[in-house]
Order: sequence, then C-alpha cells, then structure tokens
Amino acid sequence: MTPNPLHLWLIPVLPLIGAAINGLFGKRFSRRAVAAVALSFCGAAFVMALWVVSRFSSLSLPHTETLATWLRAGSFQADFAFYLDQLSLVMLLVVTGVGFLIHIYSVGYMWEEGGFYRFFSYLNLFMFFMLTLVLANNYLLMFIGWEGVGLASYLLIGFWFTKDSAASAGKKAFIVNRIGDFGFLIGLFLLIKHFGSLNFEQVFQVAAQQPVETAGVGLLTTIGLLLMVGAAGKSAQIPLYVWLPDAMEGPTPVSALIHAATMVTAGVYMVARSHVIFEHAPTAMMVVAIVGTLTALFSATIGMAQTDIKKVLAYSTVSQLGYMFMACGVGAFSMGIFHLMTHAFFKGLLFLAAGSVIHAVGGEQDMRKMGGLRTRIPWTFWTMTAATFAIAGFPPLAGFYSKDAILFRAFVSPQGSWVYWAIGVFSALLTSFYMFRQWFLTFFGEYRGEPNHAQDEHSSHHSGHGGIHESPKVMLIPLVILAVLSVIGGWVGAERFNAFLSPGFHGHAITKLVAPGPEEAARMAVENRAIEHLELGLTFVAVAAAASGFFLAWLLYYRRPQLPQEIARALGRFYQAVANKYYVDELYAVLFVEPLVEGSKNILWRGMDQKVIDGALDGSAQGAREVSDSVRRMQSGNLRSYAGWVAVGAAAVIAYMIWMGAR
Amino acid sequence: MIPLSYYLVLGGILFACGVAGFLIKRNIITIFMSIELMLNGVNLSFVAFAAHWHALSGQVFVFFVMVVAAAEAAVGLAIIIAVYRTRETLNVDQVNLLKL
Repeated sequence: MTPNPLHLWLIPVLPLIGAAINGLFGKRFSRRAVAAVALSFCGAAFVMALWVVSRFSSLSLPHTETLATWLRAGSFQADFAFYLDQLSLVMLLVVTGVGFLIHIYSVGYMWEEGGFYRFFSYLNLFMFFMLTLVLANNYLLMFIGWEGVGLASYLLIGFWFTKDSAASAGKKAFIVNRIGDFGFLIGLFLLIKHFGSLNFEQVFQVAAQQPVETAGVGLLTTIGLLLMVGAAGKSAQIPLYVWLPDAMEGPTPVSALIHAATMVTAGVYMVARSHVIFEHAPTAMMVVAIVGTLTALFSATIGMAQTDIKKVLAYSTVSQLGYMFMACGVGAFSMGIFHLMTHAFFKGLLFLAAGSVIHAVGGEQDMRKMGGLRTRIPWTFWTMTAATFAIAGFPPLAGFYSKDAILFRAFVSPQGSWVYWAIGVFSALLTSFYMFRQWFLTFFGEYRGEPNHAQDEHSSHHSGHGGIHESPKVMLIPLVILAVLSVIGGWVGAERFNAFLSPGFHGHAITKLVAPGPEEAARMAVENRAIEHLELGLTFVAVAAAASGFFLAWLLYYRRPQLPQEIARALGRFYQAVANKYYVDELYAVLFVEPLVEGSKNILWRGMDQKVIDGALDGSAQGAREVSDSVRRMQSGNLRSYAGWVAVGAAAVIAYMIWMGAR
Repeated sequence: MIPLSYYLVLGGILFACGVAGFLIKRNIITIFMSIELMLNGVNLSFVAFAAHWHALSGQVFVFFVMVVAAAEAAVGLAIIIAVYRTRETLNVDQVNLLKL
C-alpha cells in the first residue's frame, strides 16, 4: 500500500451506492430526486477520475491498491485489488466521462418514461461493473465486471420488457455472450493451471519469459485464441456479433453508453491488456487481425442497406470495433485504444443525436420516413454532422486520426499486410457512404413521415407532444460537449498517444532492441523518410475513400433519390441478401438454435425429463401401489388368520433351525 | 426315571393343542384358554429342563410366566367383559372394526 492511497476502490463503488439507493428506494422518490442521486454518484466517480489524473504524474506506475484478499486456495490468490496504469487511466476517463454525459442526456430522454428510477439504477449498476472491469488487477475481478456489464446490458436491453422483441433481444445478447464467456473462462482456467495466477503482473511476467510461439499452436496461442473468443462475444465480432444489432431494442442512451461507447469495447481493452500473451502468440494475433478486418468489412456492407436509424449505427459500431481488433491484431494496441477513445466520443454522440432525432419525430426510427429535419432540429443536426464527418474520417476530426493511424499500422507493421489495409480502406469508404446516406436521408430532402405522427404507436415511448421539436437543453448539452470532443479528440495525435501508452505496453515486451550502429542509424533514417512519404500517401488514399463515400451518398440520396431503388433492383438477389443481413440470423437459427431447441424439446424435455425423471418417479409410485395392493390382502382383520400367520412363521423358523442343526 | 423326551413331547402336544384351539375356536374365552394351554406347555418343558440339568433358573422362569399369565388373565378378562358389553357377542369374527 502506498503512503498516499488514491482510494481507487471508491471509483467503482460510488455508482454502486447510487444504484442501491435508486434501486431500493427510488420508487418513492420524485423523478428529480432519482436523477439527482444517479447523476451525483456517477459525477462523483468522474470527479474522482479527474483527481486521479491530477495525481497521475506523481505515481510510480503501475500503481496497485489492494483492498482485501478475496480468494486463497493453496498458492493461488485473487484479491480485490485495483490496478492503474496508462491503459486503465484512458479507459477510466472514457467510461466515467462519456458515462456521465450520457447520464445527463438520459434525464431528458427518459423523463416521460415509466420505470425512471429502475433505468437509472441499472445505469449506475452498469457504471459500477464497467469500472470494476477496467480497474481490476487480476483476470478474476475483471471477469466479475465482465459478467456484470453483461447483466446490466441484459437488463437495459430488456428495459421495455413488456415488448416481446425487447425481452428476446435481451435474452439473445445474454446467451450469445455466454458463448464468448465460455472461451474466456477456459482461457482463465488454462492460465491458472499453467501460470498458477490470474494477477496481471504475475501472468505477464511469466508469459514474457516464454519463447515466442512462431510455429504451431502452443499454450499461449491457445490462451490467446480463447481470450479472443471471449472478446468476440463481448465486442460483437464475427461470428458472435449477431446480438448487438438486436440490442438496439433498448432505450437509445443505453445503446450509446453500453452498446457503442463502453461495454462493447471491453473486449478490445481485454485484448490490449493481455498484449503480452498475444505478442508471444503470432498465430493468435493473426486471428485477431483477420477477425477484426473481416468484421469491419462485413458489417459495413450490412450497414449500407439498413433503414432503421439505430440499426445503421449498430452495424457501424460492429464495423468500428473490427478496426480496433485489426489494430490489436497487427500489434498496434495503443492505436486500437486510441480509436476506442475517439469512437466513444463520436459513436456515443451519433447514438445520442439519433435519440434526439427519434425524440423529435415522435418515436419513428425508419429513416425513409424522416428527411428535411435539418432546419427543424438545428442543434441535433450540427452535432450529428460533426460526428458523421468524424466517423467517416475527414480531417481534422477525431475519427480521421485514429482510423488513419490504424490503417497505417496495418500496412507497415511487421504483423500487418497490405491486404488488411486494402480491406480497411474499402470498409472506410463504405463507412463514409452509409453514414452520409443516413445523414442525407435524415436531414435533407423533404419530410416523408406522416404529418400527424403523434398518433404513431411508438409514441407511447416518447413524448409526442405536437410537431417536430428540438430536444430539451439537458439533452443538447451532452450533445454539444461530445461534438466538441469528436472534433478535437484526435488532436492529441496518434504518436503522442502512443508515447503516453507505450510504457504500459512495452514494460513487459520483448527487449531485443540493441543500440543501433552508425550504419544501422543511417539506414533507419532513410527508412523513416520513406515511411513518412508512405504515411502521407496512405493518408491521402484514406481521405479519398472517405470523400468518395460522401460523394456516392450525395449522388444517390440527395441528387438522384430515385437512383438507389434502381440500383437495388438491378442488384436483385445480392441486395436482398445484404438488406437481410446476409441471412446470418437465419443461418444460425437453422444451424444452432433450432437443433438446440428441438433437441431440448425432444430429448431433454420429452425424453429425459418426462420419460426418465418423471418416469422413474411415477414408476416407483406405481410400483409401491401395486406391491401394497397385493400385500394388503394379508391385513384381513381376521384375528385367527393373523394367529395362523404367526404359527406358520414360528413353524418355519423352527423348521429352519432344526434343518440347520441337522446339518 | 422318566426320560426327558417324554416331558418335551407332552409339552409339545399341549402347545400344539393350544395353537389348534386358538386357530379353530371363535369364542374369545376359549381362545384365551388356549393361550393358557400354550403357556403351560412351555412351562412343562421349562420344568423338565430344570430337573434334567439341575438348574434352578428354569423353575424361576416358570414363576415369571405364571405371574405374567395371571396379570394377562386379569387384563384380558376385563377386555372381554368390555367387548361383550359393547358388542354383545364373544365371536371374534364379529369384532372386526379395524378391518380395511
């Protein structure tokens, strides 16, 4: 314990107190009081995080604070201990900062909803688990947070639990995450078995001494792959991404906080945190990179054909998470975290702005029924514009810096390849296209919705009080702050960000750097100049891709709005496949869900439960009845027959004894 | 000296008579008397063994059996009277309230 403890444990516990107060007593509070409790505890966590930042330079890193011993079994030990280094500091700020802004926004967005206290209690609970995940100093405590955010996500997706689709979306998210967690857990078991610890520092110390597994699948590769399975579940990567688009059934602030800015990035954080393991397992790294790249491309194509404003953003989130994994997979962990941070700003903003749009048009989510909203809701329009340009990768907005850095690293890194880069750039073009498609459809052209939308059936969820209206100030302020962050968030620069994070990333790394000789230095200088030229060229291509996406969207959805339909008709089957998300849900239903349901129904329910278990029970009862039915006749009530039985019995005993004696 | 087996056979015959009476008769009092007959059959074998082995414990047992039989007779007769008062019969086949 350091002489001047930071009391890191307070940061997650504060929101937990808020969750407990609202959860236990919130029903009796007024809305104002509920909001005050939720905001003050969440805000206190944010203030603590800022205070930690102010003390950060005076700390010896990594800084560990042990609160209590949790488990001890033989030599294995897991503590309630918190771990602070550059990586967790960045995550801490993103989670508390963006989380606090979204809390503020939610007050306005959810004001008219039933279950107001329940919503904020869940939201605070989510903050508790997310901060536990980020600050844990061992995999086990991290896993608690990991499962906890899954729980909060389930509760919030199914917030409108009377709606059937919301309830099943919650279940889907939970079940798909279980598959990922299965891999994660087995990875942890392997760590315990072979390293005897789950403590980050101890595990990485041991792992760093292992040889790099260049050929074949060794222990570290296996662990890395299993951890990646967990990350793919939580961070919605192929093949486990299917839950995230459905998770949009939850309230929009939830989509922004959990399913865009924070929780879904937990997988990226976990992979980055385990970088030592991955650096020693090139095969696992390659799998991470390939999965990330394919996800980025795959979901970007689906995003092009979605009509629900939130579904577009959901697929976009999946795609952007793919970029982060691509970065991790090529060894540019800090770039992955950089993109995680900027993505939290602009995607959080996009969701909040989309929520504001939905709020404005009275609950409508279909972009085909929007349009021309630019002048009606100017604040929302301008903030969303900032976010759209940021995600599309236009300089000098945040998304440009991080995405460009990832693409550059994917090209030049030793683990990278031009294939990753090419697919990444193409996905960036698609990203730009579907984002501007959304932008044009929503804000430009003529309003295509029904004029009397207040009677829309969705309006029960939203305040449909007359006409398209701008959202209240409490919703606009977070939008503006996030918009500012989306613009300036990248100005820190990939290099400086990398330099800040690298002590955390390279403290354990393989130290093979020998001081370069003069020839070596000259060669490196030449290389550096070549790389600079290369970087400039690659940046130009990336920006050109973004611009052409913008141009395509402008052409198709602003200039010639009838063209998309013609193209869709010309593409026929292919368009259908994309619009229906490549039938992946249907494929999974046929491959996994239906066999499972049928198997459960026919084998487990009708076979095992009804035949074997119930059968054994019923059979033993039936057997007892039949035996007693036949034995009952002995109980005749006839005194002399009883005496007769006694006499016969006695005679039998005597006969037996005589016979035994005779032997 | 009469051999031991004579006494035992007589005791067995007495016991068998008791059992037979118990099983055949319907009157409670007769059944009761059959029980006494069985007890006395046993008593006879006790005494015979006691004389044969020159051990007093057999005779002590007989006294116990007699005491218990006397007590049993007192209780049993009381029960018989009570049964007769309520049911007005001594036929055991008609005292079958506990029958299923």
